[in-house]
Amino acid sequence: MTSTTVSPARSGFSLSEYTTCLTGIVWREALRFLHQRERFVSALVRPLVWLFIFAVGFRQVLGISIIPPYETYILYEVYIAPGLMAMIQLFNGMQSSLSMVYDREMGNMRTLLVSPLPRGYLLFCKLLAGTAVSVLQVYVFLLIAWFWDITPPSIGYLTVLPALILSGLMLGALGMLISSGIKQLENFAGVMNFVIFPMFFASSALYPLWRVQEGSPLLYYVCQANPFTHAVELIRFALYGQVNWISLAVVGGCTVVFMVGAILAYDPSRGLARRGPAGGET
Amino acid sequence: MTTTDAPSSATQAVPDNPPRLGAAGADALSVAGIHHAYGTRRALTDVSFTVAPSSFTALLGLNGAGKSTLFALITRLFGIQTGSIRIFGHDIGRAPGEALRLLGVVFQPRTLDLDLSVMQNLLYHAALHGIARREARLRGDEVLTRIGLADRAGSKVRDLSGGQMRRLEIARALLHRPRLLLLDEATVGLDVKARADILAHVRQLVTEQGIGVLWATHLFDEIVPGDDLVVLHQGRVLARGKGSIVIKEAGGHDINSAFMRLTGAATQPGNLVQ
Repeated sequence: MTSTTVSPARSGFSLSEYTTCLTGIVWREALRFLHQRERFVSALVRPLVWLFIFAVGFRQVLGISIIPPYETYILYEVYIAPGLMAMIQLFNGMQSSLSMVYDREMGNMRTLLVSPLPRGYLLFCKLLAGTAVSVLQVYVFLLIAWFWDITPPSIGYLTVLPALILSGLMLGALGMLISSGIKQLENFAGVMNFVIFPMFFASSALYPLWRVQEGSPLLYYVCQANPFTHAVELIRFALYGQVNWISLAVVGGCTVVFMVGAILAYDPSRGLARRGPAGGET
Repeated sequence: MTTTDAPSSATQAVPDNPPRLGAAGADALSVAGIHHAYGTRRALTDVSFTVAPSSFTALLGLNGAGKSTLFALITRLFGIQTGSIRIFGHDIGRAPGEALRLLGVVFQPRTLDLDLSVMQNLLYHAALHGIARREARLRGDEVLTRIGLADRAGSKVRDLSGGQMRRLEIARALLHRPRLLLLDEATVGLDVKARADILAHVRQLVTEQGIGVLWATHLFDEIVPGDDLVVLHQGRVLARGKGSIVIKEAGGHDINSAFMRLTGAATQPGNLVQ
């Protein structure tokens, strides 16, 4: 047998290597998104159905009083628009989790996980890529909503961007954390029933919390504890050039907690190690 | 390298400190005392062996022998429970970045993105290794020319044949210029010609580029007596060494018969292909 002397590997990674990795992952996610046009359309149809049908029907039933950040009476469509923006991000986050489960089952996830860069960084890049896609979807929704008389102040289109990024990161991190616990693609329906619907309906997306409190004080506290409520409120205030500091703190804190949880869950010594190899492998 | 001396025993213990392959420099791969279990189910028991730089080592085992678990440990998809794995001296648990830089992997299931083009798959892999786009494109052109897919750079991967996909996966695994290449059942599902082509290509990488190769298989005809051989059965290493020596010490006349004798019986003939 022959042997060769091999120079030792460099230790650590340069900034340009980190940047290249990040842009590569975002680029791949964008390409996949462009190749899945039906995913883009369906992501938009859902909130638009709520806006065009549900909101019109409920406009006469639900009156909205003047509550911050609004300074006057508003139409119900205007009220639920931030909730629908957050809904796009919620579904996108869960779609990303579905995509990660699929990638794991199909083997694509391994390509990512055997990269020499730190695994936490790789997952963060993946999260950022998913968030970028969701932000793009939200802006397309806002464009369509503009023709439906949802016209926040012009500066709101800019000030809402950081809020969208943060809420997108939180919901994406939640999706990633959930994906680490889903063993099979078929189990994803459970996510719909136990995560998406409760999070969406037990929030301020469709009705202000003071109205919920009138109906059920218990549900009010549940809504208050729901991170999705704070994502909605963060977006709502940002869309009008304001900051809801409590929501900012909750969304920021939850992002960190979910992200750390996802990184730990994907840690080889904790998460994947508990499962055996994928089906068919030995 | 040594072989265990009792071919009839499937539970034969292996010496704790296997000799290194290659005298100079670190082993390309050193697996020492690996135990792994999924809950109460034991998958690997005291697995130890080495792969020398510039060598072709076959990891032979039936389906269920623990080959994929071992690969998942070497690539750090799973955490190591007991034992250690080093790639050119870098511990995969303590210095995963340094170790994984030197490693190229072709997994048993296809890991290409079918919706992306051939070149896009390569560029994505390069990005995951921090290789700048311009350099990645150059390397991509180079490897595609080498594997005869230069004219398919813009094709969607799903339009390639099974053999082309495997060649592309091997090319992708070499894009960051690793020194050790792992291939897990890389020829499964391919026709005879595609299998032969891929095997010849990988052997060429050893002789021409000095890459160490660990080739996991359950197909005897992919191994020649001159190869280094590790026989894995029910999560244990039954023999390791030059194929010719393993055959001799097992009392067989070829790899197939040696394997039968080592494992005690042809307990699962359906899994054996010659």
